[in-house]
Amino acid sequence: MSVRVAVQLGDFDIAAELARLEALGGGGVASFTGIVRGGDGEHGTLAALHLEAYPGMAQRALDDVAAQAQARWPLLGLTLIHRHGTLRAGARIVLVATAARHRGAALAACGFLIDWAKTRAPFWKQERFADGTSRWIEPTAADVASAAVWDASAEHGRP
Amino acid sequence: MAVSILYFAWVREAIGRDGETLEPPAEVRDVAALVDWLAARGGGYAEAFADRTRLRCAIDQYFVDFDASILGAGEIALFPPVTGG
Repeated sequence: MSVRVAVQLGDFDIAAELARLEALGGGGVASFTGIVRGGDGEHGTLAALHLEAYPGMAQRALDDVAAQAQARWPLLGLTLIHRHGTLRAGARIVLVATAARHRGAALAACGFLIDWAKTRAPFWKQERFADGTSRWIEPTAADVASAAVWDASAEHGRP
Repeated sequence: MAVSILYFAWVREAIGRDGETLEPPAEVRDVAALVDWLAARGGGYAEAFADRTRLRCAIDQYFVDFDASILGAGEIALFPPVTGG
């Protein structure tokens, strides 16, 4: 099992990250990339998205989420990289990638990892607008519900 | 006993600092009591801690509920619900 979890300011190289997982001998690699949304939002024209992190805890919490995924699915490898700092529209925020012998485990674990990372890792997003104002993003009910789906499936003894 | 308290996101902005070392009185035993004690300082503290449903806590970098004991805690963080990913 090859696990890579990182909290970092800089960008990541998706091709290199996926190549690392492809080399593990499995039959499939799944990935999700979170990107700063462009265009005009509900509250104005976004100039940047600032991600604040609780540094030590962020790494530890993502390590825990990665360990949960390994316990639930037969993975050969996984990568979970979360950036912090000030990011422009179109910039990459987060990468989740999984490798498994079969696609089912890779795809399910990939979905699980991003859902749980969103609700269990200490990061906070602040929208910074072109007019100089800013706004802290509130958690959405949809995010909480998506993460809770995995709790429910665990209660039924299934991954 | 002195404990390190950290603030993040709008909690940090309302209080005007990212953390401090404080010595809560002995009767402050859990997170709820700590938040009440901090809110009683008024100003930005009262503002940050006005609505506890918008507040989360971690002790020594693990999420805890408001009834968690703070005895023996080295680092207590108070912050809004997380919004990463």
